[in-house]
Amino acid sequence: MELFNIFIKAAFVENLVLAYFLGMCSFLAVSKTVKTAFGLGLAVIFVLGITMPINWLINEYLLSETGPLGFDFSFLRFILFIAVIASMVQLVEMVIEKVSPSLYNSLGIFLPLITVNCAILGGSLFMVAREYNFSESVAFGLGGGFGWFLAIIAIAAIREKIRYSDVPPALRGLGMAFILTGLMGIAFMSLLGIDPAAFQ
Amino acid sequence: MAEVKTAPAIQEKEPLFGKKEKKLITDPLTDNNPITIQVLGICSALAVTSLVLPSVVISVAVVFVCAFSSLFTSLLRTRIPKSIRMIVQLVIIATLVTIVEMVLKYFSYPVYRQLTIYIGLIITNCIVMGRLEAFAMANKPWRSFLDGIGNGLGYGLILVGIALIRELFGKGSLFAGSAAEMKIIGASPDYIINTMAEGSWFGWYSNNNLMVLPVAAMFIIGIFIWIQRSRNPDLVDIS
Repeated sequence: MELFNIFIKAAFVENLVLAYFLGMCSFLAVSKTVKTAFGLGLAVIFVLGITMPINWLINEYLLSETGPLGFDFSFLRFILFIAVIASMVQLVEMVIEKVSPSLYNSLGIFLPLITVNCAILGGSLFMVAREYNFSESVAFGLGGGFGWFLAIIAIAAIREKIRYSDVPPALRGLGMAFILTGLMGIAFMSLLGIDPAAFQ
Repeated sequence: MAEVKTAPAIQEKEPLFGKKEKKLITDPLTDNNPITIQVLGICSALAVTSLVLPSVVISVAVVFVCAFSSLFTSLLRTRIPKSIRMIVQLVIIATLVTIVEMVLKYFSYPVYRQLTIYIGLIITNCIVMGRLEAFAMANKPWRSFLDGIGNGLGYGLILVGIALIRELFGKGSLFAGSAAEMKIIGASPDYIINTMAEGSWFGWYSNNNLMVLPVAAMFIIGIFIWIQRSRNPDLVDIS
């Protein structure tokens, strides 16, 4: 139940994109059509879901003072986390290139850029800051990835519809995407105000 | 059959700073801006721009990191195997960011304290790795270096632009935290325009709290894009 709570909270209340504004670049650039957004969303769920437990193990057994090494290596946290993320993304890139070349081409530069998607490093850092245990970090990773996936599908769907509306030509496309994200962010701020502690 | 002697191909000498090189610096400032056109580096543009001073510091740091990571990646580009290129790129970036962090800590500790997290986040600033992937992996070192500087400057231009608007309307001051702090408008005699003063025309004014939130940066970037594309219709998305 506790794990389910963390999952829902990570996906909706503390949505990485719309509440914390992490991972914005790929969110805006790849949300032109629902189909590519779907592919990138799945890749992000996968990378978040895999890197979070690996980084938890690294943080617990290599970097912390209580681990087998017995020394506080936390100054290496950034480099090790990023290295894990980079190798996972490299793996995803190879798989997508083999399985679906068309998706590979439409994602273009934003596939390698999942590495520097702040949502993923940010997720790992949140995990450290909130002191989750192993299963909680898995739930948080999957929930965060699912929230990111939902958000990018939502904005891609809106952007597909808005193509039929009479937007000023200069604002079409990217400009409108920024303003839409801002509005969605304001809407999600109301969810951020729901504090579970207030109902207990 | 007589051998045909071919004249040795005349090596075209590339000027050190010709038209193409100049274009590499000026293009990212306007028509190929990293934030408004390439959509790179948005996260930090939302996070640090509530005040002008941190935006300036971050922009300078990004120019440095972008320029030198492009230079080093370009020098190594033929030797990096494709399958581990991201890790190599990130190691270069992370090293440079660590240097920036140490230099800032040494020269200006208060600013460092204010910016700790954001300096670390330059590693995940997509603009740096984006330019490495898109340009430095396929071009010569000098060109890549200039491209890095140009993109860093283009990024800084937008960042400082957003920060000026957000700080003025959100907090009523400019350059807060630096020696050149200016208090423009607010409800005390410290400010240039004192809204509480008797007979003031600005009694109705109060700071806009929306401007302090990251959401405001989204709207401001949206409006920047609107202005830029109205002035230059070639940039409009057709899709």
